[in-house]
Amino acid sequence: MWCKAASICKAEEMEMNGMRRGILIYGRYVSVVLRSAMQYRLSFFLMAAGRFLIAFNGFLGIYFLFSGFSEVKGYTYGEILLCFSIMQLSFALAECCANGFKKFSGTVKKGEFDRMLVRPVSPMLQVLGSGFDLGRLAPALTGVMVLFIGIKNCSVDWTVSRTAALLLMLLGGIFLFAGLFMIEAAVCFFSIENTECMNVLTYGAKEHGKYPIDIYGKGLMRFCTYVIPYTLVQYYPLQYLLGKTDKWQYAFCPLGVTAFVLLCYLLWRVGVRHYKSTGS
Amino acid sequence: MKKYISFFKIRFEVGLQYRSASIAALTTQLLWGIMECAAYRAIYASTGLEPPMEFSALVSYIWLKEAFLAMFNTWIATDGDIFSVIMNGDVAYELCRPVSLYRMWFAKSAGGRCATAALKCVPIIAVSLLLPRPYRLSAPRSLTAFCFFLLTLFLGLFVTVAFCMVVYAITLFTISPQGLRAVLTGAVEFLSGSVIPFPFIPQPVRGVLELLPFGSMQNVALRVYSGSLAGGEMLRAVALQLFWIVALVLMGKAICRTAERRIVVQGG
Repeated sequence: MWCKAASICKAEEMEMNGMRRGILIYGRYVSVVLRSAMQYRLSFFLMAAGRFLIAFNGFLGIYFLFSGFSEVKGYTYGEILLCFSIMQLSFALAECCANGFKKFSGTVKKGEFDRMLVRPVSPMLQVLGSGFDLGRLAPALTGVMVLFIGIKNCSVDWTVSRTAALLLMLLGGIFLFAGLFMIEAAVCFFSIENTECMNVLTYGAKEHGKYPIDIYGKGLMRFCTYVIPYTLVQYYPLQYLLGKTDKWQYAFCPLGVTAFVLLCYLLWRVGVRHYKSTGS
Repeated sequence: MKKYISFFKIRFEVGLQYRSASIAALTTQLLWGIMECAAYRAIYASTGLEPPMEFSALVSYIWLKEAFLAMFNTWIATDGDIFSVIMNGDVAYELCRPVSLYRMWFAKSAGGRCATAALKCVPIIAVSLLLPRPYRLSAPRSLTAFCFFLLTLFLGLFVTVAFCMVVYAITLFTISPQGLRAVLTGAVEFLSGSVIPFPFIPQPVRGVLELLPFGSMQNVALRVYSGSLAGGEMLRAVALQLFWIVALVLMGKAICRTAERRIVVQGG
């Protein structure tokens, strides 16, 4: 896999800039990973079906809960579904592309990161490329389904700016979760065992972020704004999207995630510099 | 019988070795429980309708679910080696032993589950008893309710293990069990009442879910504790649990026997 990509790179290195070369190599990784997954087709589809079901359970839970209740703190059924689907979609997309970060503790333990460091390509690109996992996209299917059910069940007037707010929320969410996975990977540089506590911030946010964060109260709102900026991709733009506020600025809150991702990237860089092989 | 009790004991003691690794998992579970309670609190606060479960009963349900998670999870870490034994061909060694494959795996799985649950339930219950009022785990409804809680907890464990044994037996026919496991984990999660407690599910669906074997797993014990399930309804649920234990064990044994006769060991 590597030799092939390397020979192509050498031949074309002169005429390609770094960005294009990176995309090409990432594409090669994706195609190799996909082909190897397709060797176990049944297993792949069953795994994806399982992940789809788990996400779908979340929808069923909301569906049945709302057969007895009509609203949660002013949010209707359709509005909760919108919120749920946006979180599911952004998490699934982030997990699919940034799964390499999640598998990173294994990469370090097996000594594979040593090999990545001696190759003339950014280590992060290699971690991301080799970890690509299409099966993790299955919950996105639930996300899309629920998004349509949500749109049908709520009275949002879909103007251009509201649609833009929705897309920004998705994009911001993807980057936020990817940033969290990056922290999870960066933590491995310092301690290999303690990555489980990150699950609260990633899986926990996906699971409990199905409801707008303000229903959990002031304390959590603060944590989710100043410590990990979940509210920037969920609560604030959602207020604008659902027409609960006229402040159009709220639609652009997801852009603030850039700063968070930058911090995550710095942590990763510090980690790479700090890296000592586990020597296996 | 003695050898199977030993398998249970061995697995129980092995399970107790995982002590240090579970601190992070414990924190996760505690936060999870608090978040779930908080969400329900918001839902309860904004409705005029009579909720199908008292809030304190719901809180008890959530905390006990977290405390005994390891007992009722469809797939737990200590069961991993049953799957790997099937996958890597070591099942051939297991078949050489003068023990029944079914009973040995049953004892091992039950032992592993009990050990993990024993480690986790103490700190989770302790913390949940110390939390401020609306989030606190309340005492059981009555002494009888508590006794029945313990009884149905273990009956539920047997149903769960008996169901997993059916899955292991089916696994003997396939090469890669992860896919099957993933689909079942997804299905059982909802059908056993881990996503939302059964009382929140409206009637025709709920009636069906209660009859399925998955409704006899954690659902009964968690609701008996707080009195959400009591009286004749509770006795009916206990009878149903006993029925499913017998049915699933017979089914698992039958599949296991067929599989043992035509097992293919994949080299290695």
